[in-house]
Amino acid sequence: MSETITYREAVRAAIREAMESDERVFLMGEDVGRYGGSYAVSMGLLEQFGSERIIDTPLSESAFTGAGIGAALNGMRPIVEIMTVNFSFLALDQIVNNAATMLHMSGGQFNIPLVIRMATGGGKQLGAQHSRSMEGWYAHIPGLKILTPATVQDAYDMVGLALSDPDPVLVFENSLLYNNKGALDKQAVPIPIGKASMHRQGKDISIITYGISLFKSLEAAEILSKEGIEAEVIDLRSLRPIDDETIMSSIRKTHRVLIVDEGWKSGSISAEIMARINEQAFYELDAPMQRVCSVEVPFPYANHLEQAALPQPEKIVAAGHKLMEEL
Amino acid sequence: MKIDIEIARDYYREMLLIRRFEEKCVELYSHEQIRGFLHLYNGQEAIAVGVMDAATSDDTILATYRDHGQALARGITAKAIMAELLGKAEGCSHGRGGSMHLFDKATRFYGGSAIVGGGLPLAIGMALADKMMKHNRVTICFFGDGAVAEGAFHESLNLAALWHLPILFICENNRYAMGTSLEHSHSEQNLSKKASVYKIISDQVDGMDVFAVAKAAKDSIAQIKDGSGPVFLECLTYRFRAHSMFDAELYRDKAEVEQWKEKDPLLVLKKKLEDIDLWSKLDVDEIEKEIGSVIDEAVEFAQNGTLEPLFDLEKFVYSAEVK
Repeated sequence: MSETITYREAVRAAIREAMESDERVFLMGEDVGRYGGSYAVSMGLLEQFGSERIIDTPLSESAFTGAGIGAALNGMRPIVEIMTVNFSFLALDQIVNNAATMLHMSGGQFNIPLVIRMATGGGKQLGAQHSRSMEGWYAHIPGLKILTPATVQDAYDMVGLALSDPDPVLVFENSLLYNNKGALDKQAVPIPIGKASMHRQGKDISIITYGISLFKSLEAAEILSKEGIEAEVIDLRSLRPIDDETIMSSIRKTHRVLIVDEGWKSGSISAEIMARINEQAFYELDAPMQRVCSVEVPFPYANHLEQAALPQPEKIVAAGHKLMEEL
Repeated sequence: MKIDIEIARDYYREMLLIRRFEEKCVELYSHEQIRGFLHLYNGQEAIAVGVMDAATSDDTILATYRDHGQALARGITAKAIMAELLGKAEGCSHGRGGSMHLFDKATRFYGGSAIVGGGLPLAIGMALADKMMKHNRVTICFFGDGAVAEGAFHESLNLAALWHLPILFICENNRYAMGTSLEHSHSEQNLSKKASVYKIISDQVDGMDVFAVAKAAKDSIAQIKDGSGPVFLECLTYRFRAHSMFDAELYRDKAEVEQWKEKDPLLVLKKKLEDIDLWSKLDVDEIEKEIGSVIDEAVEFAQNGTLEPLFDLEKFVYSAEVK
């Protein structure tokens, strides 16, 4: 049975249900309790679960993220909320040096069932230090899993998927999605980690994207469709592992690739996807692959500049046209 | 202080085991059987031995990259550690960790961390989990004077006190963060004072005296298990050897090293026993012989160990691959 709720409510419901069914689960982070969460995700949870399980931390990203790792090592199932990905850099040492390595360094003795959630993305005029999309950066690191829920269903499902994973999982929630409404079916079997989902079928172009860019890509695909160009739109859902199979099978059908990513181009997840396509499906391509990414500039404050820096449906449409040009 | 001859013998044996183990490491390093970074514990043995004597098997241990002493004192076998140093599958971390990353689930030994201060936040989480699940356990977190300058130290001490966590912080102040002395690192060189401003019970102890360390650690652990919250012990010590095998020791006088060697923890123990006429009862030669064979067997075990097959290279990245 399906209901219509917001992305924020979906994340909250998933956390609430996980905490109700497993006493090892707790939520820890800055302003998650009394304030109700910087993005109001955890609103009401303190009242239900108390301050022992909804833990307000001081501004100590390194210590509370490391504490999440330690608690996970010692039998708990912590959810650490880092207010935004930009603050996660203060915890980078713990995430990269401890969470990602300990299973390997210990020869398989110590796994870390930790979930770290953080807000990501730009578009709210918050300036250079609050607007980045760095999920692709984290996807570089073996030992981590990187999830990017775009839909309300995934916002709900991915909390549970991440919590039932034995290893550290980072979940990136684009802050502009929190108010999005969508259908949620709690009885639906979640699509597993590492599996992409196809949101639109088409024969001409494969648009590969994730997160908020999914909706911009779908909008662009509708515009292209009116012109007679049919695009498939693939939501990767997970940036590590990446679902190579879904990508390559789509390319075998369309022979044209367009990647849409709010991260920057240089050294990015979009570059990684292009490299994989080169390795695995080069001879399937009928045209050079295209990318729509953020302009390589720290995100500016002024609205017109920031919007110009971000991927937009019209840029995706233009890239689609370029792909369809006769060679 | 009344000294029990059996306890004294155990302390001496444990400290000598660490000393001889480290000396053997130097030899194997020069023969290129051990590679990578190698940080030796010579001079600091009283701390690991004293603290581990106070810990129960249920307590949690977090160590640093200078971790052979803690690992041996905790009861990880010399064989498993030596095999790790030689990169063998029989090593306590399957050859994936090396000298700086010794791990052992059976003894709750959670590494072996090569990022200065990196273990302190983990200690917070370990202890938080124990508090939430009502385990009457203590998390014992070792780190050096260098870590006290890191942000993670201050964030962690604040949280430990704020959340009233059962943690014993063991600061091994050996006066040098690699080549930079205490005087060049800290505006306040009494490091225990830094803990006390976080409202943590803190004290300094002679880290060259195993009896003093053991007593302080035992008292601290009893206090913590009684609900005191975290305790911080600054153990004043000195490392006799270089920071690592790549260190020419240009930053300190040989005379200073010699001066500290007069406080060698093995000598301190000897003098204490001589003062009460117990030294002759220790069978020092017998202990030396016994340890000699433990080390020989460890080396033989490690040298005869197996190399993990290359097809297992990508194992242990995700749990699904751990079989």
